[in-house]
Amino acid sequence: MEVVHKELQPFTWSDAAYLAPEWILIAVAIALVILDLAMPSRISRTVIGWLTLSGLLTSLAFVIWRLIDLKAEAPTEDPLSQIGTVIRIFGDSYRIDGYSSMMKIIFLVAAALIVLISIGTVKEKEIPNKGEYYYLLLPAVVGAMVMVSSSDLITLYVGLELLSITTYILVGMRKYIVQSAEAAFKYVVTGGISSALLLFGISYLYGVSGTTNLGLIGEGAVKAGDMSALMYVGLFFVLAGFGIKIAAAPFHLWAPDVYQGAPTPISAFLGVISKAAALAVLFRIVANVGLLGSYTQPIMGDVTFAVLIMAAAAMIAGTTAALRQHNMKRLLALSGVANAGYLLVPVGLGVSGMHTYVGEFIFYLVIYLFMNIGAFAVLSVISKAAGHEEMRGFGGLYYRAPWTAVATIVFVLSLAGLPITGGFFGKLFILLGAAQAQNYWIIAIMIVTSVISYYFYFGIIRQMFMRSTGEAHEITVPATTGIVIWLSAAVIVLLGFIPGAGMDIIHQFFSFAADMLILYL
Amino acid sequence: MMSDLPILSLITFSPLLGIIVLALLPKGSSRALRATAIVATIIPLLLSFWLYADYDGAVDGKPYEEQFTWVDTQFDRLTGTSEGTLSFKLQYEMGVDGLSLPLLLLTTIVALMAALASIHIKKRWKSFYIWFLLLEIGMLGVFLARDIILFFVFFEMTLIPMFFLIGIWGYMGREKAANKFLIYNGIGSAIMLIAFVLLISTAGFNIDTQTFSGSYETIKANLLDMQAAVNVAEAWTGNYSNLFMSETMHWTIFILLLVAFGIKLPLFPFHTWMLRVHTEAPPAIVMIHSGILLKMGAYGLLRFGVFLFPEQAHEWAVVLAVLGVINILYGAVLALVQKEFKLVLAYSSISHMGIVLLGIASFNEIGLQGAMIQLVSHGLISALLFLIVGSLYERTGTTELGELGGLAKSLPFMSGVLLTAGMASLGLPGLSGFIGEFLSLLGLFESMRILTAIAVLGVILTAVYVLRSVLGITFGPMQEKYGTLRDARLIEAVPMITLVAFIVLIGIYPAVLTEPMKHGFDTLLQQLSGKVGG
Repeated sequence: MEVVHKELQPFTWSDAAYLAPEWILIAVAIALVILDLAMPSRISRTVIGWLTLSGLLTSLAFVIWRLIDLKAEAPTEDPLSQIGTVIRIFGDSYRIDGYSSMMKIIFLVAAALIVLISIGTVKEKEIPNKGEYYYLLLPAVVGAMVMVSSSDLITLYVGLELLSITTYILVGMRKYIVQSAEAAFKYVVTGGISSALLLFGISYLYGVSGTTNLGLIGEGAVKAGDMSALMYVGLFFVLAGFGIKIAAAPFHLWAPDVYQGAPTPISAFLGVISKAAALAVLFRIVANVGLLGSYTQPIMGDVTFAVLIMAAAAMIAGTTAALRQHNMKRLLALSGVANAGYLLVPVGLGVSGMHTYVGEFIFYLVIYLFMNIGAFAVLSVISKAAGHEEMRGFGGLYYRAPWTAVATIVFVLSLAGLPITGGFFGKLFILLGAAQAQNYWIIAIMIVTSVISYYFYFGIIRQMFMRSTGEAHEITVPATTGIVIWLSAAVIVLLGFIPGAGMDIIHQFFSFAADMLILYL
Repeated sequence: MMSDLPILSLITFSPLLGIIVLALLPKGSSRALRATAIVATIIPLLLSFWLYADYDGAVDGKPYEEQFTWVDTQFDRLTGTSEGTLSFKLQYEMGVDGLSLPLLLLTTIVALMAALASIHIKKRWKSFYIWFLLLEIGMLGVFLARDIILFFVFFEMTLIPMFFLIGIWGYMGREKAANKFLIYNGIGSAIMLIAFVLLISTAGFNIDTQTFSGSYETIKANLLDMQAAVNVAEAWTGNYSNLFMSETMHWTIFILLLVAFGIKLPLFPFHTWMLRVHTEAPPAIVMIHSGILLKMGAYGLLRFGVFLFPEQAHEWAVVLAVLGVINILYGAVLALVQKEFKLVLAYSSISHMGIVLLGIASFNEIGLQGAMIQLVSHGLISALLFLIVGSLYERTGTTELGELGGLAKSLPFMSGVLLTAGMASLGLPGLSGFIGEFLSLLGLFESMRILTAIAVLGVILTAVYVLRSVLGITFGPMQEKYGTLRDARLIEAVPMITLVAFIVLIGIYPAVLTEPMKHGFDTLLQQLSGKVGG
């Protein structure tokens, strides 16, 4: 067993080049702030939206290029030889590996789609500072990217706060709507609690192990030996802190209120990017602390079991609460809670089975991204046409916008986990993983909650195809939103027909040992 | 030669051609839409008859098998003695045997008849026929799929179109019916999915290739020789015993499958959803539902419950028989007191599906063949009955028994067909219903005499309720307003005559069905006699 310890090295300019995706976003954000200031107010701020989009896409290109470059250096299949291909900078506190790169791709694609929705539906009447709206999205994405790339708890926390604080502002952007202010306030308070819990937990982890490096914490915990009680406190507080960000039960109660008050694209942002970032980081923590250090200790079994309990609670709470929900944003928030539960299952299975579960996790996350953003895109169009966000706004959509209704069927079926959509295979892979780990109870809960969720998901279909509204005029879908809807639907259907291709790509660019673990035995 | 063609895929996906044409046609042109849909159901019908003509029971459908890898995904190994990867493999695997061929023919026939009966649909033809053809693809796929996840995908593909077909084109209570259908069947498929996931991750593992697979053949082979698989697994992994299937696991999966398919069948306590579907869905769709979808439950029970777990099923033969008798008597007694003709038929379906269970429970060749014939026969008869119900409702605007009467005078042809269908339903010799019931009961009589005797009571009750309702509709005093009704048009008469012809054919010459399935049960019975005897 040889642990790779890198010497602390001073920051060099060549290191900085590795951070190109992050730099680009920050630079664009700053440029847009100045542009917004300098531009006469009569010019529409939509141009800032397009510039934001181009910044995100440039950054995306750099991430993809780096990912391909990384894997090209590791020609063999052997995971041991891939260890050298991970880029570690800032004294091993920041790493660019397959896992973080794939997560960054998810964030950037999601953010680009959200910007596209915003260009179509965000209007000055509702959000007076449209420029601000766009350039605040960028630091939020940077925050998420820092989170998944960090291998140190302090870096991780900085990323988390960057993401949180910008989203606090974004939630409150609808200045003339009371609910928006309420939502922002609630989000600040719960977000503050989340940070407090997380910091508290981190302080214990540091206290026990003497390090903030994720890879060394597990090792330190083993050495700590009889101080395992403190380790429990640390890990459980970290779990709770992330639980709030993920909106997993029992930490989910803020989600419906905040989603409802926030501008629709921002609800999608919270539902996809914030959630995915916290989940991804939690997975890395569980894998590192669990596999390296405390593999033989009971504590890891307890922590992963707690994650599974949280997953089960989220699935049950999310689906049952959504049954009586008529507000679409609240419904999607609760559906997001249930989906957080599904995504927590591979995290909680952790290291207990025959194989690793990261592939399933990333696959479902990709599906979740498209189906959730697709649903929010449809909602943004319909709530604007109807003037409210109730489910009855979908009434008679088949007559008013037949093709959008067809795309919505795809999203709904995928959310409900029915074939032949990506959502079905996403869930199926997770289920098979759980079965191979012999965790049969979580399978039962996953499947039963999926069936319960049919009731409200098909409620949307009922509205669209079996009811009619008094309003007869057709709904026009803005071109940019239309692109998002159709792109999302296409990806979901495609992954429904060839799910293997998606899994293959993930497997090709990801090796558990090299990419997930900070240190490798 | 035929076996060079991917005939099974052609049959399954030929309705897709119709869907594409339908999508291109304008919304309003109901004639063109209807014609397209009918042609699109004729194609699989012709192909399936071609398959039937070509099929040789002795080689059991081997030449037609199709197979290619659909999903083959790798996972990093975590534990165990070897490095490397595990893979999960799904096949696109289609096959046909004595069990699926009769039901395949039934599907293609009933689908065409239902497409013809859809002339009574009055709105949104385009989407109606698109959903209709999607439903047909799902049904055909269910009977031909040989990979359990592929089976599940096709099974769910019938669920979604049915939801729309009931919910949009049904009668007054359509939305509730659609919901109930969705939730009950959703639960059924959920339980099935649990069973399948468990199967894949235990019996679906192939040690040599390190692959989890959903292939029916792999699972069946592993289940048959579990002990060998376990030994190899232990030698290979040391102590890792995931692949070991305990007795409890066998039973768990068997019971899960029984419940899952029992809901579809439907078994007695799970039947309420199908009553609503029978009364609320448009008649053309009930033809499909009662004629084919219920048969999917029985087919699934046979293919997965009985064929994969013969020992468990055999041990529970009495339970199956008792459930069957309950279905028969419960359905018959309730059919006796209904005031609405559609409900009479719905309860009669429950009763007749009970006979299928009896045939399965007999576990001998005669009984199993009886069950299969009963499936096909009931599919044809109930399709015919609901075809007539649709035409009657179109003319009289009601299906209440109290308001109908004396229709033989104004509608002699339809009344004659109704009478024939009634006779077939109560099991008159010479018609298909008799063969199915007789063989099933004969098979069961060999093993469980008392239960058979009780079940025969149900047959008597059947005669009573069928005659009561059918005679009530056709004879007796006629109401004034029905005097001017016009008898069946050609487009209605053609499917009626066709269905009657098939019913008579099976009744007189059942070998058309028994011939292809002659060897279908051989392996099962050998296996059982081997296990029970040894």
